[in-house]
Amino acid sequence: MTRRTNILLNADWLTIIIYLVFVLFGWMNIFAANYNEQYKNIFDLNQRYGMQLIWILASFVLAVFVFVIDSKFYSFFANLLYGITILFLIFVILVGREVHGARSWVSIGGFNLQPSEFAKFTTGLVIAKYLTTIDVKISRLKSILVLFGFIMLPAVLIILQPDVGSAMIYFAFILVLFREGLPGMVLLLAAAISILFLSTLMYPKIFIIITLIILAAIIFYFLNKKAKYLFWGIIIFLIAYIGFFLLNKYNYFNSTTLVRILLTLVVSSAVYVIFAIRRSIQHVLLILLFLFVLIGFIFSVDYVFHQVLQPHQQTRVNILLGKESDPLGYGYNVNQSKIAIGSGGFTGKGFLNGTQTKFDFVPEQSTDFIFCTIGEEWGFWGAGLVILLFGGLLVRLIYLAERQRSAFSRIYGYGVFSILFFHFIINIGMTIGLLPVIGIPLPFFSYGGSSLLGFTLLLFIFIKLDASRLSVLR
Amino acid sequence: MDQYSARRYIVTALVLLVVLVYLIRLLYLQVIDSTYKLSAENNSKRIEILYPSRGLMYDRKGQLLVYNQAAYDLMIAPYELKEFDTIELCQILNIDKESLITGIKKAYNPKHRRDPFLKQISPETFALLKEKLYKYSGFYLRSRTLRKYNREIGSHLLGYVGEVSEEMIGNNPYYEMGDYIGISGLEKAYETQLRGEKGMNYFLVDVHNKIKGPYQNGRFDKDAVVGKNVVCTIDADLQEYGEKLMKNYSGSIVAIEPSTGEILTLISTPSYNPSLLVGRPRTLNYNKLKNDTLEPLFNRAIMARYPPGSIFKLVNALVALQEKDVTYNTQYYCDMGYYARGIKVACHNHDSPLNLPQAIQHSCNAYFCNVFRSIMEDRDFKSVAEAFNNWRDHVLTFGFGNRLNTDLPNELNGFIPQASYYDRYYGQNHWNALTILSMAIGQGELLITPVQMANMACVMANRGYYYIPHTVKQIQELDTIDSKFLEKHFTSIDTGFFNTVIEGMELAVNGGAGSTARIARISDIIVCGKTGTAENPHGEDHSVFIAFAPKDNPKIALSVYVEHGKWGASYAAPIASLMIEKYLTGEISNSRKWIENRMLNDNLLNKK
Repeated sequence: MTRRTNILLNADWLTIIIYLVFVLFGWMNIFAANYNEQYKNIFDLNQRYGMQLIWILASFVLAVFVFVIDSKFYSFFANLLYGITILFLIFVILVGREVHGARSWVSIGGFNLQPSEFAKFTTGLVIAKYLTTIDVKISRLKSILVLFGFIMLPAVLIILQPDVGSAMIYFAFILVLFREGLPGMVLLLAAAISILFLSTLMYPKIFIIITLIILAAIIFYFLNKKAKYLFWGIIIFLIAYIGFFLLNKYNYFNSTTLVRILLTLVVSSAVYVIFAIRRSIQHVLLILLFLFVLIGFIFSVDYVFHQVLQPHQQTRVNILLGKESDPLGYGYNVNQSKIAIGSGGFTGKGFLNGTQTKFDFVPEQSTDFIFCTIGEEWGFWGAGLVILLFGGLLVRLIYLAERQRSAFSRIYGYGVFSILFFHFIINIGMTIGLLPVIGIPLPFFSYGGSSLLGFTLLLFIFIKLDASRLSVLR
Repeated sequence: MDQYSARRYIVTALVLLVVLVYLIRLLYLQVIDSTYKLSAENNSKRIEILYPSRGLMYDRKGQLLVYNQAAYDLMIAPYELKEFDTIELCQILNIDKESLITGIKKAYNPKHRRDPFLKQISPETFALLKEKLYKYSGFYLRSRTLRKYNREIGSHLLGYVGEVSEEMIGNNPYYEMGDYIGISGLEKAYETQLRGEKGMNYFLVDVHNKIKGPYQNGRFDKDAVVGKNVVCTIDADLQEYGEKLMKNYSGSIVAIEPSTGEILTLISTPSYNPSLLVGRPRTLNYNKLKNDTLEPLFNRAIMARYPPGSIFKLVNALVALQEKDVTYNTQYYCDMGYYARGIKVACHNHDSPLNLPQAIQHSCNAYFCNVFRSIMEDRDFKSVAEAFNNWRDHVLTFGFGNRLNTDLPNELNGFIPQASYYDRYYGQNHWNALTILSMAIGQGELLITPVQMANMACVMANRGYYYIPHTVKQIQELDTIDSKFLEKHFTSIDTGFFNTVIEGMELAVNGGAGSTARIARISDIIVCGKTGTAENPHGEDHSVFIAFAPKDNPKIALSVYVEHGKWGASYAAPIASLMIEKYLTGEISNSRKWIENRMLNDNLLNKK
């Protein structure tokens, strides 16, 4: 008996309270987003808010379950749980229910669940387990490759659904690895590659390539600190470009702008390399190598997207990237979202009084765009409070993770933190127009059983681990 | 503690950075930048306009002239469109698939509004469509009213209604694209009374433009106010009769009740059927009418500036009497014309010498050349120019030279020159009475509109005053018409002098052989009239006649102008007498049927 009370006493109630606030406030906002004069009852099970109540209650039951199970269960069965979710992810691709062009749902006992939501915590567990295995060190290449394998496996399977947005969340685990000793350069490189990957899908190649060339020039300047070297580089580049431009203009050699720029780059690079070797200028080869590798990366992403993927798959990816979900022209979603939030003002329009959310101007407002409802009806103070509370929860999670005696608990804690942090960044960044539209839910707020159950499991396993931290031997 | 635990601070810093950036962005969106609040209003607030039906128009006896018929615009809300049977819809609307598709494409705009897809669909189409509209999500019917005419008369007078142009919208904020407005005639003159007031309902709508409820509980909603009915001064029967008489002639009839200034008929021919300028075929028909060489759209009654011809002799006689330049008994000789210093004004064969009433009876050119000279060479004035301007002042009091300011839009002014006009032309003191002698007989620079001529007939009938001619007798819910129509306008001529002239007008009709207008004689009614033959350098002379009747207590005064009708007595006088007889007795007596038949059967339109 004493042990059980201990666990409840040791549980971090601050986190639990924030969780409860989020879930209940989210429920209210789902009600507001779907509110209708005809269906005024918040407990109406035919409406989303009624369903969400069932999911909330189920989550509470699940949370209690998590607390009842011995904390060693999670580390012991981490591999098994991971394996099960991977099987489900494979299963869902083969026979899953297709919703909005993606096979991400599986029916279990009448309920539709998304395995991708549950793969997050099992991946967190398996990383924690693997990193605490003897002989595994993050400085060893083999360990890193295995870790990346653990992360990439569910991510690739989710991309195949295809649900690129959900898959991208697995990048979050890089933060965990960073905390455990992955070199900082890798983190930066990963960030750069992911930005490059997304921009390749979203913007014309030519802009990205020009941006890369300019970035390379800037980096080159900062490494050498000699304006004259950069100047000569630009001159060579321009001369080469004008040459190709004239060839095109007088029909000696017809080319598109993109082809011209690439040829110019190749020719001017070759010339400049000779120039650089004679003057023994530093870093030229390295930077050019990086530049060409990145351009190659752009073309391979582009090739895979346009040549390997089927047109309908391309459409799905485009929808997920917000390029096609939108009958009213590019940027409609984001614009409506900004209008809804912006019209809230400082104090908001009041509960159930938001015209933009109530009348469906914002798409997906009870799921991915739930933050709009908060922004419109509760204003700056409400939406700002949600952001502050999220920040508080995240910082609290770091604090909790760092106070763990066991590395397993700490690493898992960072996994929880990273997943929630990425969801927070991407979801809210999208609604306030700072990031592209990537359809992933706002944890604890968005409508949806799988995501709520998944996040509850994710969080409460950590709270359980934290509550029993004192019983863990160092 | 492991060696990387310090990295927690980097991660924490990352969290704080994101929180800070997001808070600042939120502050900017919600508090600093106010444009989003406006966009939200535009998103969700919709105005539904309630169109009132336009006021009706009645004639002076209460016969309905103009009323409304229901019409429907097919509206489209492009974002509510769902898949539908395009072939069936095309069949119902009687359009091809291309125009359906281009119509839908045209309607797409970012505003989520309902646009007119097909305006003024026919009642048959409406009946078909209404049954099946449930199949076509995104299509709506908007009810409008169109004008409908009981009789095909009075097109120039009544005017027509059309959609407002962008220019009109700019001038008057009441109107919005697609609204109807009176464009000419009474529809334009009494637009504000006839149109009523649009009503408005404000709604909150969702993203599909579905109405979700009233905006602010309907606080700003307003009911439509039905347009006011208007009773015209027109006698529909007389108008119809006059149009029938004039249908083969180009010209005008304006008849006025002298005791009130109420216009009984206002006819301009060639005319058109007012129903042509209603509804969807309006633009097509309008362009046809506009390109017609006979100018059916031109309202001659108030816009044509004609030389008056001999009817103007009456005015010169009155001015001369007032200025004591002639008297009742003044006699002048006439030897088939007037000759002076190489100038010759021809006249026809009649007794000589004549006194003033007799000169009017015979319309003696020589007599009135002398009259005009006596006015211009009056010793009371230092110069001809001064005498001329004095004459002009008298003439203006008859309502000539300026707009009468009737209630009809687009009325023109006519022209009575000033002395300075001739000074500029001939040089100061280089012209005299003989230079401008053609004005003695109503030719030369004088230009007068038919409504001004009819008004002059009123002046004669009233022995010296007129009311501004007007076409509206009563407006629903208003006690009185514009007070300017209730004011007597006196001429500068003493009442007594009119009897002399009226005696001449009576003789012109009833004086037996030699009387210029004896064809206008009606056995039981004393008609007073004066013919005119307006010289026309471009073709056959114009036939002019003004008259009033009966002589005592006149009920009708009118002017008739028949282009290329040659003598005043050949067309204008008979038509005027038929109009008078019809108005005063209700029918044409058997002894005069032959005149009616001649007028109805003759045709000048295709000659010229």
